[in-house]
Amino acid sequence: MRALGRAVHAELLRVFSLRTWWILAVVLGLYVAVTAGGFAFFVSSSELNGPGPLPAEVAAPLVYSSTTSVALVVPLLFGALLATSEYRWRTLTPTLLAQPRRVVVLAGRLIVALVLGALYGVIGAVVSVAAGAPVLAAFGTDPLLAEPEVLGLLARTVLACALWSLLGLGLGALLTSQIAAIVIVLVFTQFVEPILRIVAGAAEWSAEAARYLPGAATDSLVGAGILASIGQLDPTVPGVIEPLTRLEGGLVLAVLSLALVALAAATTLRRDVD
Amino acid sequence: MPTSTPIDIRALTKRFGAITAVENVTFSAQPGRVTGFLGPNGAGKTTTLRVLLGLARATSGTATFGGTAYAALDDPARRVGASLSSDVFHPGRSGRDHLRVLQIAAGLDAERVEAVLRRVGMSDAADRRVGGYSLGMRQRLGLAAALLGDPGVLVLDEPINGLDPAGITWMRVFLRELAAEGRTILLSSHVLSEVAQTVDDVVVIARGRIVMTGALDDLAAGVEARVRVDAADRAALSATLTAAGARIDTPDHGHLVATGLDADAVGRAALAAGIPLTLLAPLGDDLESIFLRLTADDAAATDTTTDASSAFAGEVAA
Repeated sequence: MRALGRAVHAELLRVFSLRTWWILAVVLGLYVAVTAGGFAFFVSSSELNGPGPLPAEVAAPLVYSSTTSVALVVPLLFGALLATSEYRWRTLTPTLLAQPRRVVVLAGRLIVALVLGALYGVIGAVVSVAAGAPVLAAFGTDPLLAEPEVLGLLARTVLACALWSLLGLGLGALLTSQIAAIVIVLVFTQFVEPILRIVAGAAEWSAEAARYLPGAATDSLVGAGILASIGQLDPTVPGVIEPLTRLEGGLVLAVLSLALVALAAATTLRRDVD
Repeated sequence: MPTSTPIDIRALTKRFGAITAVENVTFSAQPGRVTGFLGPNGAGKTTTLRVLLGLARATSGTATFGGTAYAALDDPARRVGASLSSDVFHPGRSGRDHLRVLQIAAGLDAERVEAVLRRVGMSDAADRRVGGYSLGMRQRLGLAAALLGDPGVLVLDEPINGLDPAGITWMRVFLRELAAEGRTILLSSHVLSEVAQTVDDVVVIARGRIVMTGALDDLAAGVEARVRVDAADRAALSATLTAAGARIDTPDHGHLVATGLDADAVGRAALAAGIPLTLLAPLGDDLESIFLRLTADDAAATDTTTDASSAFAGEVAA
């Protein structure tokens, strides 16, 4: 236990002694601010040829879920960088000399991935409210800030970010190559998954399977999301398959992340270090 | 005073697929002495040290600290310090933070960070990012990391590699000091002359096998003298020297090389036979050339040193 505590402490210092974590935080903050502000305008203004103004119960969750709709790439990238940095810079050698029990090192890293992921979630939640609520209010839509449902959604955003950071850690630990991890993270989140989720709606079986994609599972966990809402916004999109429940969505993410970490622990972690 | 244990490597073999990097390697390093682990690049030094430190798994054999494997030591950082490369730092992290991370992970006192920074003379540069460090500074930072737990055993891979002359002198004095404190020091190098003034004992490895172990002085002892010699009448000279007990190598070009007699004996034999010499030059009995012959790659050793080298290697092995 004491060794694990030391591993977590060392891992936190490893993160905070570099600039990467706050550069990612700034990127996330800006991205979420622009997205939440833009969505809020889009769903509450009647001046555009958009869907607005939508009822507050639809509009507010959509705006506050900006973090999980567009910015999960940040905690995912963080987790992947956390796992691969020591391979990239070969610092794994001194790390394993200071703590030869590799599982302890990995466990410490897993906890720090969750903590920093949650921190990104908090930043995203705060920024989405700070940027979205005033816009909603300005166009006469109730920002619903006192609603327990909205507060719950923000809390689940934090959980989702923590799980995506863990997902990145598992992916990185398995791949060990930093370049490969970054490329896969970007290509998957920015192209592959959004396209899959949209085209999967064409057939019933594929739509059912697509519910288990990490992004779709996240929308289920959080309870709102841009892609998940397309069906609600656009009546021409055919009947939406019943999404996973919140619990199921969360479990899909957690199981996927932990499976990757466990696979890495059983394979790459045991390899010779050079 | 830190507790020192010997380093014990027994019948260690490490294979990577079909390639045998280290084969049946056995040697030890004793407390209070600096042991030089010497061999050309690719001879298996780093692989041996990595297995010793638990970073790679042995195919067979053992590598321990007084009988205990690194990962099984109670408090490894307090028992053994190691620096395996000057290239194991994140360029964006300061030297001090690099050490703090390791100090925390190993459960050492925070004051140790300042203590080792002072000891290697890096206190002033400690808050700069490692990316801006020279190779010498990285070597010092690696050494500082190895010393964090005030260990009785130090394992250093190529600690002198890439240092300037002032850095080499500093490192030499520093390592002698550490050995004088009773620590076991094992350091590797691919250049014997760099460490000849630092080491007490030598272990020479070539192509994954140990070719010699012993005190540094033993390296020079027992080596057959070699003399480059020539005369207008080569055939007569050759016959005379062979009769006197030398082995003669006759290259296609260049001069004869007589092995087994020193310059004095060759000169006297030629004089007695009335052969005027055109050349008489003793050959490479300096440590470096002995080392080179010991570790010469069979395929590359196509010159006249081949015979001597294999003869010597055979002698040492026997």
